[in-house]
Amino acid sequence: MSAPATSTEPMNWVGQSIRRVEDPAILRGWGSYVADIAARDRACHYAVFVRSPIAAGRLVSVTAPAHVTLVTAQDLAGVAQVSPVLHRPDYVPAPMPALAIDVVRFVGEPVAMVLGRTPAEAEDAAELVDVQIEPHDPVLTVRQATAPDAPLVHPGPFPGEPNTVIDARLTTPGFEDAVAAAEHHVHLTVESARQSAMPMEARASHVGIDRASGRITLHTTTQMPHVIRTGICDTLGISEDLLRVVAPDVGGAFGAKMSLAREDLVLVHTARRLGRSIAWVETREENFLASWHSREQEYQLTGSFTANGELVALRADLVADVGAYSCYPVTFGVEPLMAFAELPGPYAVGEYSVRSRGVITNKCPIAPYRGVSRPVQTLAMERLMDTAAAQLGLDPVQIRQTNLIRDYPHTTPTGMVIDPSSHLEALATATQTIDVPAFRERQAAARAAGRYLGLGFSCFAERTGYGVPVFAARSMGITPGYEKVDLAFDPSGNVVLRIGASPHGQGLRTTLAQVVADELGVDPAVVRVVHSDTDATPYGWGSFGSRAMVIAGGAARMAGAALRPRMERIAAELLECAPEDVELRGGWARVRGAGAAVSIADIARTAYHRSHTLPEGEQAGLEQSALYNPLGTFSNAVHAVEVEVDPATGEVTIGRFLVVEDAGVLVNPAIVDGQIHGGVVQGIANALLEELIYDERGVLVTTSLMDFLPPTLAEVPRIEIEHLYTASDFTVTGAKGVGEGGLIGAPAAVLNAITDALTPLGIAVNRMPATPARIREEIRRATERSQEHRQGRSPAAAAGSATTASAESVPTPTPATVPGGKP
Amino acid sequence: MTSPTVPLRLFVNGDRHEIQVEPRKTLADALREDCGLTGTHLGCEHGVCGACTILVDGKPARACLMFAVQCEGMSIRTVEGLAPDDETLHPLQQAFWDNHGLQCGFCTPGFLMLAAGVLEENPEPTEEELVEALSSNLCRCTGYQNILKATQCAAEAMRE
Ligand code: FES
Ligand code: FES
Repeated sequence: MSAPATSTEPMNWVGQSIRRVEDPAILRGWGSYVADIAARDRACHYAVFVRSPIAAGRLVSVTAPAHVTLVTAQDLAGVAQVSPVLHRPDYVPAPMPALAIDVVRFVGEPVAMVLGRTPAEAEDAAELVDVQIEPHDPVLTVRQATAPDAPLVHPGPFPGEPNTVIDARLTTPGFEDAVAAAEHHVHLTVESARQSAMPMEARASHVGIDRASGRITLHTTTQMPHVIRTGICDTLGISEDLLRVVAPDVGGAFGAKMSLAREDLVLVHTARRLGRSIAWVETREENFLASWHSREQEYQLTGSFTANGELVALRADLVADVGAYSCYPVTFGVEPLMAFAELPGPYAVGEYSVRSRGVITNKCPIAPYRGVSRPVQTLAMERLMDTAAAQLGLDPVQIRQTNLIRDYPHTTPTGMVIDPSSHLEALATATQTIDVPAFRERQAAARAAGRYLGLGFSCFAERTGYGVPVFAARSMGITPGYEKVDLAFDPSGNVVLRIGASPHGQGLRTTLAQVVADELGVDPAVVRVVHSDTDATPYGWGSFGSRAMVIAGGAARMAGAALRPRMERIAAELLECAPEDVELRGGWARVRGAGAAVSIADIARTAYHRSHTLPEGEQAGLEQSALYNPLGTFSNAVHAVEVEVDPATGEVTIGRFLVVEDAGVLVNPAIVDGQIHGGVVQGIANALLEELIYDERGVLVTTSLMDFLPPTLAEVPRIEIEHLYTASDFTVTGAKGVGEGGLIGAPAAVLNAITDALTPLGIAVNRMPATPARIREEIRRATERSQEHRQGRSPAAAAGSATTASAESVPTPTPATVPGGKP
Repeated sequence: MTSPTVPLRLFVNGDRHEIQVEPRKTLADALREDCGLTGTHLGCEHGVCGACTILVDGKPARACLMFAVQCEGMSIRTVEGLAPDDETLHPLQQAFWDNHGLQCGFCTPGFLMLAAGVLEENPEPTEEELVEALSSNLCRCTGYQNILKATQCAAEAMRE
């Protein structure tokens, strides 16, 4: 084979929207999800979990007829409770048994497992299990849980208020002085309802036993196979060498598959005890009941501003209802502590005073969901900006321009370092693309015609790709963060990259191949990425927190960059030239400016099979490992949304959705846009539709896709995306993470737009989701307020308007009363 | 404890499957467990998500809402039968690949079969018609943007 005279290969694979290598098999129906592996195992038994129908109580007994294979806590001798550690004086652990022991703490908590030879047989058996529970009064809200005489969800002891498991506080030294000097103090309360990440594939596991070796293979729907192996083995008290964890194709996760599932503990323990394979496929109802919830939070803020709108001090009281247990490995501190550290977001707030609490209740435990606290943080800061702008008589864009970070690197009041970003440029691009003056004209014309249009912005900084120091700063007992990769040629010139990250839809097999291809001068088609199998990959932390491209990508680039000089030296020997004159590209090593060339496959062949010919000092083989443990990098974006609100129905229609995103170098722009699309739609869902609702007994009432209301295509606008590309040397590839941003920014922009639309009615929308019923309720209350106002001033006039506007009736527009503003 | 089973003949993607199923077994489970066709996914088993969408006598149907025994003798198409051969993709599959119409891929077989049924019935749908039709299924990853675009591209390719 001779080298082509000129290479048609692009110089850089990074930056190209090449098609994903993952796709053809999935498109043909040849994907291999956990339930598929279970369906193909004709010999396995099926598990069904029996769950508590009671929110709080004493578990009296669990019994079943003799022919039922029943597993309860009594069958789990030697199995520890799951109790992840935070080294903080305010952290109160809440140990979680694999199956409930004596106490049930939320509806959906597993109390037993039954087995059957088919799924149907297991379901039949579950029906025969009798669970006796003596119910207690559940605590279902933060208010109930922290009342002085509140029943305790766990025994504690609690150093502070009852059921308070995190209570983090910080006040910067200059805070009080800054507040005293400020002219305006803007108060605001924002709330977020409970959310579910709701991946389309619910959880599933299949445990296989290899009789010959005694080893166990767990195929499970996880984002972190290595960490889950550690969690299971530590809890069961077995060696990690006994267990292989594999995440095959995983049908979406969004954070909901990164925590240790107690079901997996029972499955692995029982499969090992019985010496037979067992499969479990979660139902959608179980997924809503028991597979982690998120983001039930309330924030109270006071922003202290100068007359020209500069935010000089921010006071925040943050509280998260974290449910009944602490998720492993990140703990139930994940939401309150993230909000504590990151609330000011993209704004250069000088002084900061914060208290952030996590409170346990008799509800499903929380775990990360795409963005974790940041959708609520962004909602809080962005509503604060708009509320302050209204009070101070400033333009919403102007007040943001005044406060956005402009000098980089920027150190926040909590010590985070924000690397070069483009906050002001992104806002400028967004306002220009939207054409704000033209929108205001349309808005005025619409208002004159009795229609309510609104425009909302949100700005945010998305912390991504952070390493060990960040998790150590949270005082986590387990500190994730680094990623290691093993990169190796085989003798035929193909490349294998083994990674600890664990993609589940992000296309990492494609994008990491692009990164490696550029470093090694090969086609991405010859680079195979191996992941999600603890037997085949280096220990790593999986895929979460918008980290994989930054950290695994960085490590991949480092490994490639370290291998390249060796390839050049071997090529130089074969080509009889100086290593500096070798150019690696398109699968060939060429002498720069000359015709001579040798294929990269020949270099690999030489390295493995003719190592005696290698230059002096070169070892046989062609492989390289690298580890990357970054400080973290911030991508940034501005979302701008136009809505129309129908005050009669409370319905919100999104007319336009613009994202101006800066994620640095885009390795594969199509994949980046796909991440933004998906995130934005989940954000719109958080803003308008989705909500997990418990009744007054602690029973979850939203247990189907029909109740939870995920959006379909019909509810989703076209999403416009513009990119900015700030270079940052805080990341090895120049790429910043982008997985969560869509969801972080969207709810704030949507709620700002709704509030802008309804300003003539004197309404501010500060709680998500802003469902039609809730918007109608706000309108009703505003109408009442304005009627009282009129009555107070003019009793004579009030006599003629004694009727109260019902929630359904269209209110009469009243003169603009700015929410929270001066009378 | 297993209930009695009945013999059943299913025609799937042109192949005949002679299987034994419990009368209560859904078509989706029969396809996955008894015919070895695991490309048909289950996202809810309540008829809401559409991950299990297949074609029954040419029309999109929820395989989780049908009993296998209802389908005796009917012609069933699943995602495994969409591509003409192992070398070539169906235009819908090709368009989903070209337009990044999938991420985790769990919803993808359902969307492909839904779109196949829709386009076979109406080769030139308006955007509005397509949005309405594709709103039968749920996807959690893509925000639907590229699913719509891919289906439009495929419709065009299929007309040529
Ligand atoms: S699995 Fe059939 S519609 Fe969801
Ligand atoms: S691609 Fe993941 S659910 Fe659609």
